[in-house]
Amino acid sequence: MNITLQVWRQKGPNDRGKFVTYQVGGVSPEMSFLEMLDLLNERLIREGEEPVAFDHDCREGICGSCGVMIDGQAHGPQLGTATCQLHMRKFKDGATICVEPWRATGFPLVKDLVVDRSSFDHIIEAGGYITVDTGSAPDANLIPVPKEAADSAFDAAACIGCGACVAACPNGAANLFTAAKMSHLNLLPQGQAERWSRAQRMVDTMEEYFGSCTNHGECEKACPKSISIDFIAMMNADYVKAKFKNRRLTGQHT
Amino acid sequence: MAFALDAKVPAGPIDEKWENHKFSVKLVNPANKRKFKILIVGTGLAGASAAATLGELGYDVEVFTFHDSPRRAHSIAAQGGINAAKNYRNDGDSIYRLFYDTVKGGDYRSREANVYRLADVSLNIIDQATAQGVPFAREYGGLLDNRSFGGAQVSRTFYARGQTGQQLLLGAYQALMRQVDLGKVKLHTRSEMLDVVLKDGRAVGIVVRNLITGAITRHTGHAVVLATGGYSNVYYLSTNAMASNVTAVWRAHRKGAGFANPCFTQIHPTCIPASDEFQSKLTLMSESLRNDGRIWVPKKADDKRAANEIPEEDRDYYLERIYPAFGNLVPRDVASRAAKRMVDSGKGVGPLENGVFLDFKHAIERDGQQAIEDRYGNLFEMYERITDENPYKVPMRIYPAPHYTMGGLWVDYNLMTTVPGLYSIGEANFSDHGANRLGASALMQGLADGYFVLPYTIGDYLSDYLNTDPVPTDDPAFDETVQNVEDDVKRFLDVQGSRTVDWFHKELGKIMLDQCGMSRDEAGLEKALSDIPALHEEYRSDVRVLGSADTLNQSLEKAQRVDDFFELAQVMCRDALNRRESAGGHFREEYQSEEGEAMRDDENFANVSVWEWTGDAANPELTVEELEFENVALTTRSYK
Repeated sequence: MNITLQVWRQKGPNDRGKFVTYQVGGVSPEMSFLEMLDLLNERLIREGEEPVAFDHDCREGICGSCGVMIDGQAHGPQLGTATCQLHMRKFKDGATICVEPWRATGFPLVKDLVVDRSSFDHIIEAGGYITVDTGSAPDANLIPVPKEAADSAFDAAACIGCGACVAACPNGAANLFTAAKMSHLNLLPQGQAERWSRAQRMVDTMEEYFGSCTNHGECEKACPKSISIDFIAMMNADYVKAKFKNRRLTGQHT
Repeated sequence: MAFALDAKVPAGPIDEKWENHKFSVKLVNPANKRKFKILIVGTGLAGASAAATLGELGYDVEVFTFHDSPRRAHSIAAQGGINAAKNYRNDGDSIYRLFYDTVKGGDYRSREANVYRLADVSLNIIDQATAQGVPFAREYGGLLDNRSFGGAQVSRTFYARGQTGQQLLLGAYQALMRQVDLGKVKLHTRSEMLDVVLKDGRAVGIVVRNLITGAITRHTGHAVVLATGGYSNVYYLSTNAMASNVTAVWRAHRKGAGFANPCFTQIHPTCIPASDEFQSKLTLMSESLRNDGRIWVPKKADDKRAANEIPEEDRDYYLERIYPAFGNLVPRDVASRAAKRMVDSGKGVGPLENGVFLDFKHAIERDGQQAIEDRYGNLFEMYERITDENPYKVPMRIYPAPHYTMGGLWVDYNLMTTVPGLYSIGEANFSDHGANRLGASALMQGLADGYFVLPYTIGDYLSDYLNTDPVPTDDPAFDETVQNVEDDVKRFLDVQGSRTVDWFHKELGKIMLDQCGMSRDEAGLEKALSDIPALHEEYRSDVRVLGSADTLNQSLEKAQRVDDFFELAQVMCRDALNRRESAGGHFREEYQSEEGEAMRDDENFANVSVWEWTGDAANPELTVEELEFENVALTTRSYK
């Protein structure tokens, strides 16, 4: 296959950046999208041009490192698939493909296709955990968890933290990510003790970095793990409840 | 100068050693813990769990990862499960049985006391992870489900669909982020450790390169913990993530940490076969698939028919035929070699005839497609995405690929390396899996080391340094190390050669896979030992790395990692050559039975080979730790 790539090149956060067009020949339909970028990079190095920087690691769709906008779609055209699992057989021979980094204020650009997603870590810091010091746990079978609850929690926990939801959102909102991380814990019996403080802190932290959700639903379509926006509804409900519950608890304490 | 190896295995009966040891090690009182700074490199299961736990205990912890977030570490890709001797299935499991299976599975090349402790704390790991909210699979009654795995005749594997590693890592990561939130742990992302700093023979700090700015920084601590994973990427094509590397471990080795059993590498039997030259990595299909999938090849060589057109009588379910007792669930090394023999005899399947079938037809007929989908849905989807074939309709094609390295830094019972104050945990050390690791035991070991072993044992060392300040970062020991690191970074940019880093890495990988892969022999290893230094020399004089050292430069990062792989590869081959027996993942052609099974030499090789850096990768020095088996009798491993 022969592919024409329009790739966003930007040396650093303060550089203006521009699209550069590259012709890539010798592409096999069996290649993954990232292997096609490898092919381009090998050639660029041989020709004396700096290779295109992009984040990637496991190439199995689970680490969440990779992710670029492909023709305006986060992770490209195949539903439920991260960039590293997208294969060139999904494109036509002779196609022109536009490749850009995630575009969101919450993810400042680092270089070329690489962005800084540390804001996600800050959301987890703000209560995206269950407080249980090592060694203090009771026997695992002491708390039965209904299979449906465990399955539902898992559906949320499948989030790989890639940021496609934010990149796909017209508002640059991180509601799907935050909701997935929060719901995973809020759905489980183990997560109840901190449920309301978690809801409030995680949402408040999210809002420091990201835009607001206006229910476009683009995030669900872009999510490589097909995480449902129902979790956003649950997060919103929990946030509202938290406002009342936390206030009442505060009243009891003082 | 040979090492004076003291494994510090506690006295007493096997089931009391750890209990006694915990009582006899020196403790640091809670108010004093904050006076100790511990540097942890790596945030996979081992590193994240250790950082979280040490933070909870009150130590002053700094943790480093080259990823953009701790959650990206490659533990996240582990699929199948985690073992624990809970005996929830009432099928006769016990701590002793898990211990026994692991020692036997490791082909009697691991340290009994360490393995027993691993089996012992496996129970606590499941409790801990469940309390953190790890969504393990459950029965309808709400209790935890189990599945069986290779090398065991009981069901002791806990799992979270096909994403157990992801869920366990997120649990450890969340515990870590809680400590970051509390200010107990300082997190450094996109920070790669490039050397350990020693003073008076002790590890007192590390030198780190910021991958975004290129800044080289100095970090001082009372102890350094390496949790940086394995070195399968020495083969170029492996199931490891692209950035997985040996650099942190190797630089520690060059500073005096002994490297144990480097030739013990695991080739995982169920991976998707390579499809062409451009392949950048191989993808694992969880071993759990062997619970329901049946492995076969056509009975006659060069059978060009499609899988579904080959009738039952023309199929050879070779694992079930050769190993009736364990069938498709034989340990990984046995399954891998059997697959290789089939492909080598011309019975390989697929366009490149480089695989064997893993067939779910019978399982689907027996349990229905829905049941199979519930168990392996995401794995089947992944397979289809990669190969464009539907495994519900046609059998999967699989072939072995480098996956895990049992070898690593030598550690004593306290998980300390031969360098005082330098610890190694998880896959980065050598201690628990002998010559072959059983499935679902890597997650167990990473978390055992991080949650339940290191946090106890590290106090024993630290307590001697109470009220001593960490070595200041302007100490000459730091100056010298920083100078070396800076020179090293610059060296690759100065070469301006003609070939890319990946080109050399691929060539190295081919040599290693051919000569030091699934089977090895003297002539091949000798050849590798002459080819690798030659290629390494070419690498250092002809590699082309563009760009500069003061921005994100992924080629430059990789150039250094590949340079370390070149040195490691030589020590691996040296070790493989020296170990004149077949054991677990180390199969020497010269030492096999008439039926092609591995033949150990317990008289001469029931030991750990520990290699010492001498300044020249071609001439490392060997010291041996003899292994003593007081509980498990050394027998020929039989899975028939």
